[in-house]
Formats: sequence, C-alpha cells, structure tokens
Amino acid sequence: MKLKSALLGAVCVFAFAPAAFAERGADGELKLTFPQAVSIMTPYLSGGTKDIYAASMVLEPLAGLDPQGVLVPKLAAEIPTLENGGISADLTTITWKLQPGLLWSDGTPVTADDAVFTAAYCMDPAGGCAQATKYEGVASVEAVDATTIKVTFTGPKPNPYTAFVGALAPILQKAQFANCLGAAAPTCTDANNMPIGTGPFMVTGFTVNDTVSLTANPNYRDPAKPAFATAVIKGGGDAEGSARAVMETGEFDYAWNTQIPPDSQTAMTAAGKGQFVVAFGTLVERVEMNTTNPSPDLPEGERSTAKHPHPILSDIKVRTALSKAIDRSILVEVGYGAGGKPTCNVIPGPDAWASDNTGCLTQDMPGAMALLDEAGWKDSDGDGIRDKDGKKLSILYQTTVNPIRQDFQALIKDWWTELGVEVELKAIDPGVFFGGDPGSPDTFQKFYADVEMYANNSDNPDPETYLGQYQCKNAPTPENGWQGENINRFCDPAYDALHAELTKTTDIAARQEIAKKLNDMVTKDSMTVIPLVHRGTLSAHSLTLGGVAINAWDSELWNVADWFRVK
Amino acid sequence: MTDATPQATVKPEKPAGSGRAIWQQFRSHKGAVFGLAVLTFLVLAVLIGPYLWQPEKLSVAQAMKVRNQPPSWQFPLGTDQLGRDMLVRMMQAGKVSLAVGFVAMIIAITVGTLIGVLAGYFRRLDGPLMRMTDMFLALPLIPLLLVMVMLFRDRIASVMGPELGAFTLIVFAIGITSWMQAARIVRGEVLALKEREYVLAARSIGVAPRRIILRHILPNVVSPVMVAATLGVAEAIITESVLSFLGLGFPPDFPTWGRLLFDGLQYMQLYPERVIWPGLAISLTVLSVNYIGDGLRDALDPRIRGR
Repeated sequence: MKLKSALLGAVCVFAFAPAAFAERGADGELKLTFPQAVSIMTPYLSGGTKDIYAASMVLEPLAGLDPQGVLVPKLAAEIPTLENGGISADLTTITWKLQPGLLWSDGTPVTADDAVFTAAYCMDPAGGCAQATKYEGVASVEAVDATTIKVTFTGPKPNPYTAFVGALAPILQKAQFANCLGAAAPTCTDANNMPIGTGPFMVTGFTVNDTVSLTANPNYRDPAKPAFATAVIKGGGDAEGSARAVMETGEFDYAWNTQIPPDSQTAMTAAGKGQFVVAFGTLVERVEMNTTNPSPDLPEGERSTAKHPHPILSDIKVRTALSKAIDRSILVEVGYGAGGKPTCNVIPGPDAWASDNTGCLTQDMPGAMALLDEAGWKDSDGDGIRDKDGKKLSILYQTTVNPIRQDFQALIKDWWTELGVEVELKAIDPGVFFGGDPGSPDTFQKFYADVEMYANNSDNPDPETYLGQYQCKNAPTPENGWQGENINRFCDPAYDALHAELTKTTDIAARQEIAKKLNDMVTKDSMTVIPLVHRGTLSAHSLTLGGVAINAWDSELWNVADWFRVK
Repeated sequence: MTDATPQATVKPEKPAGSGRAIWQQFRSHKGAVFGLAVLTFLVLAVLIGPYLWQPEKLSVAQAMKVRNQPPSWQFPLGTDQLGRDMLVRMMQAGKVSLAVGFVAMIIAITVGTLIGVLAGYFRRLDGPLMRMTDMFLALPLIPLLLVMVMLFRDRIASVMGPELGAFTLIVFAIGITSWMQAARIVRGEVLALKEREYVLAARSIGVAPRRIILRHILPNVVSPVMVAATLGVAEAIITESVLSFLGLGFPPDFPTWGRLLFDGLQYMQLYPERVIWPGLAISLTVLSVNYIGDGLRDALDPRIRGR
C-alpha cells in the first residue's frame, strides 16, 4: 500500500511536472523574423500582413478564428449565436460579453467603452482606417454595461462576425488613443508604435522598419502564459534569407512567409533544424478563360466586351480540353512543393465550404484530343496546329513576370502544343498587370488575351463577397472604366439568382451548400475558370519551438501565448 | 561613292597595304586576338551549334525525370528546373542576345556618328543637333523604353509576328536611346579635326564637304567610335535583360542570356551553374568585344600603327 501510494505520488509528480514548468517567462526569448520589416503596430493604419501579424501579439479582438476557420473567443466570454441569444432573431444586432476581470497591460481594466471607442476610431471618415470594411454595415456600437457590447447593424447581417473579430479588428485602449481620432490618427506615433494591449506580449522597443522588442504582459489573463519572457521581431531581408536563418543557422525560431523553390525547401529541411508549415487559405492560382473576343482587329471599346463572344473559347468543349491537358501535380512539384496542392475549386477551403470537385486532377490527353476533334478542330493542313473553317486554334496566354509563373507558362504551353493548340506567351510587369490603370492595355481586368493566369483569394472564410464577383454586372467594361472583378465576363442568370439566395440565407450548412454549387458553376460545369494550384503561405519554425498551429484565417501568431520551448 | 570607286582602281595597292598594316598591328595586341577568338567561338557556337547539337525533344513527363541534372554526356551543361537542356537554351539565348547587342550597337553608332559629324562640321546645325542630343540625354531611358514598347509592341507584333516584332522593336528602342555618347564624342573630335591644316588645305582647293568628311575626318574619328561601339554592345545586352526582367522584352518562352540569368537567380545556391553559364557568356562577350575595340583602336590609329 505504501509502495503503491508512493508510486502514485511519483506518477502524479511527473504528470503535473510539465504544467508546473509552464510558468510565465520560463523559456527565455522568442525570436521571429519577417522578410518585410514591421512599420507600425496597429492594423487599423496598415494593410500590410507583417504589421497585422506583429500587432496580433499585443492587441486582441473579441474573437478570432482557429486553423479550421472556426470562431474561438479571445476577450469575449463566449461566441454569441442565435441559439444563446447573442444574435437577435432579426439578425440586426450582436451582443458580446467580455470575460470578467480583464486588464490592459498597464493594469487598468478593459471595459465595453474601449470597444465602443475602437469602433468610433475606425469608423471615423477622416481617419482613413485600413480595416473599415470590418465595420461596414455597423449602425452603432453601445456599451450596455461595463462588460457588454451591443453592435447594431443597418440591416439583417447573416454573417455578423466582422467587427471586433480576427487580427484585423482588435480592441484599442480608449485612454491611450482618445486624442487620436480622425485625422489625428497617424500623428499619434507613440500610441501607434507601442499600443497598450491585452495580448500575451507588450511592446518595449520599436524601431520603424527594423525591429520590435516585446516582453511578456504581466497582466495577461492566463497567469501561466506566455512561456517566453521576451520576444523580438526582426524585419528585412528576403524569403530565402529568413528561411535559412530558421532552417539552417537556427538564429531564429520562426520565419513568416518563406516562399522558396521546392528544391531549396528540401535542401533546407535536410539540415534538420526546423520545419516548414503551410497555411492553406483560399489562394488559388488559376487560368482564366476569356469568354469575349480580345482580337486587336475589333475597335477599341469593343475588344473583350460582351458584344463579341470569343471565337474559340465560347465552346465549352475547347475549354474542357484545355483543362484536361494540364497535369496539376507536376505544376505543384515544379512551383510550390509543400506550399501548394492541386485543386479544381475556386473555393478550396475551409473544408466545410469546399466542393468535392476532383475531376480535373488527373491529366487526360487522349480525352482532351477527342473533345477537340468532336468540337470540329482538326489539323487539316498537317502543320501540327488544329484548325476549323480556315481559322487556326491559336491562343494568347498572359500572366505576370514571376519565375514560377513563367515555368507554368512553359509547361502548359508544352501540353497545349501537344494537343495541337498554338500558344503565344506574354509576361507583364505585375505593377502594370494588377495596377488597374484603365489607360493600359495590359491590365488583368482589360484581359486583352485569350487566357490569363494569376492567383486570387477570398479575404473571409465565408466566400459570399468573393463568389459575388462572378455576377454578370461585375464584368469590367469600358463604361465602368474597366473596373470589376468578373474577369472572365462570365454571365449566367442562374448563377446570379443563386448568389442572391446566398446573401439571404442564414443557416450555415445551407450557405455552404450554395457556395459549393456556385463554385461548381464557374469551374467544372462551365470550365470558365481552370483552377491549378491551391497555394499556401509557407512559414518555417525551429524544431525547438513548440505549440505552433499555423492558421490561414487569422494571424499566424494567433496562439503565440501557447508557444513554448521544446527541451 | 562614285568618286571613291575610280580612285580605288587607280591605286589598288594602297588600301590593301593599309589593310595588311592594320591587321599586323591588330595581331600584335594579344588581348585583341584572344578577344576575337573568343567572340568568333561564341558566334559560331550560337550559329552552327544548334545544327550540331540536336537532342531529341522530351515530352513533359520525360523532362520531369531529368530536372536539375548536373552536366553529363547527355546534357553537357546540365538541365534546368523544367528538365530543359541548358546547352540548347544557351545557344538559343545567345543567338538573340548577340543579335540584339550587335544590331542595336550598329544603329546607335550610325546615328551617333552621323549626328556628331553633322553637328561638328556644319556650324549652323551644331546648336539644334546638340540641343536634341541634350534632350535625349535628359530623358529617363527606362520609362521611355517602357512607353515605346507598350505603345508599339502589339502593332508591330501584328505585322511581323510576336518574335520578330519584339526583336525589331527592342533593337530599335535600344539603338535609338543610346547614340548620344557617340554623338558627343564624335562632335568633339570633328571640331578639333576640322581646324587641322590638311582639312584646311583640302577645303582651300575646293573639295566638297562630303568628301572631306569621308576622306579626312571619318578615318580619324574611327578610334573613339570603336570604343563607344564596344561599350555599346555590352550596354545593349544588359538593357535587353532589364527589359526582359520587367516583362517588356521578348515573350517569356524566348530565352536570352539576361533572362536565363534572371531565372537562375533563385536556384543559385543549389545549382550555381544555372547562373554561371549565362553570366560567363555575357561577361566573355563584353570582355572580348572590349578587347577587340582596344586592338582596333590601336590598329586604326595611324599615329600608333607601326610603332
């Protein structure tokens, strides 16, 4: 008996040992490196991911998203839902409850007034708030009591988790930012660079575009966290250098955004000091088909408009054949390695929103050739290029200047040439291509080419806005100054109707079903968009750093409080 | 022209003699001979090489198995990240790069010398022509090239096809924006030369300005023009790679040395040969052309020749 209890006691000691060691500040310094240096510590005045991630160590929202895209409470006691009464039945209000006893890092209590102030700060039209979309449709924010925040929307909002949710919309301390409203916002250098927050760390030193020094927040709500006493974010360099600093030299514990070629990934992993982790969001590299005629023979103003359907690509058989000829796994192998995976979807994640469309994953060259034969494109003059009614099957394929994209162009050209399609390649400076200048013929909106390749993603795990871009009315035209996101000029009344239904549906499962159908309508049903690769953000962390849970839906540092040193 | 021909027939031995003297002087410059040999080798390699080295065309699936190969008997310079034979790509790229370099240089030198001589010789033309040169010098070249390429690329491509169109446009664009140095150098030389006694003598016996320029002035400005020309070749090759880098040069499936270098950059650590080959080719071309220029200057200058 004595022996047994003694053994039990020993077991207990060992079982609790890790918990006992998990003490605030026990693990020394956490070193992070970002290829782009941090310029400001508040996401409200910066669109840069680097700034948003750095700020997320200090400033916290009411709720964040976990790696699966599911809401998790941060400062809030729980997530308000229709069931628990946090969201009103008419979907016009959402009521958040703060956790009890929250303190700012300076020791003062966090109250609902801080949230009210934050909303006013970002919604001030003179302030130039970078995250204003997060507060779009908000009519008012009021403090019901010291710990209750009620957000009222101007109309029913099926997805009310925008304001105060995620790393883009954290709560600011009213006392610190009170004089920084409106036009004064950018002038409050001290507050912007060293904000007082509720997060696991607080800023102790800030060198613009260089280094941020942080130390554990003594008033953090979990007394055992963070495990690190101090943290430092060093900025600058390039992806390759950052990756090397973690994977080969071990100077840093974590490097964000280390997109390097697959061969270098393998070589660096072999050094055995760290590992790459990938956050798969919704970024999809795709080939877009032009459904309208981009021919330079047409008068300016009619090129690439709905007035003239595309002479070759209007036939779905041709579009399908072009997609079938591509081997997506080779593209991933060549371009992204661990940082990508083949996909057939425009909405590749979160999992609950992604269609099970996998039809394009295997290359089918004979099938593609049969489709072209069926469509009437045959090589009648024996020059290796298919033709029909005296017209050659020739397409212009454009993209931006980028080594990976040029490799993709070369490979896809090879496959399409094998198919009997003549392909002319064009690479455009990304600044021009994405610049949106209506005077330039080379923008992706103008689409003066037959097919073009680039990547696009949804800012929100809920793809309502993102899918909305394929509505007829969003096609870029000379009338709207070539602005609009419906790059393909895809136009299907059934799609528009289904999307309208999505904006009215509140049930999450039903929304997901509709989103999948919409995704299929632009991809496998019409082959208007040919998705190629689901791209992730590649980051690297040292093998001595534990607790990393890479997240594509929120800051990658969303759980930095839980990180620890592996001993 | 009509005047020059009879004279050549009257004294046939003189040009031949001076030609031999030039060649002898040139041969005594070791660097120049070496440069000439290297350049000849490079030119022959890109012109004749593709006929001698014709590996079978691999399908994408086959090429994927031979990615990133080191040099071997099958692939003398190795393969790139898509399994393409680097030797074939180097030869294709060299043809374009060398052609761009030399044609653009010839355009620049012709325009530069013409304007320089006119400005230097005819006082009335000096002001307007030199102000035009100043204007071109003041223009920021890269933006100008970008605008030119942007405006005319599609139009030229629709007439001449994408590849020849791009070549014509790039060569023309580079040539037309790099003649100014040559013009200034030539003008300066001509201003000094036209006050020399032999030019005065020629003028006093009523020789036409055209003959004076061709017979007495041009041969004396050859040496600075040669130096400018050799530098021009190097500059044209580099400007072309800048344009390719910005996506405004040749279509992406049309390799040039500059583009191969740019593509190889991200693989530098793992496969350094990927940047060494094109880098070496560019450096060798530029160096050898410079040495040839050096040798030619010595050989063509009557004051140095024969010493």
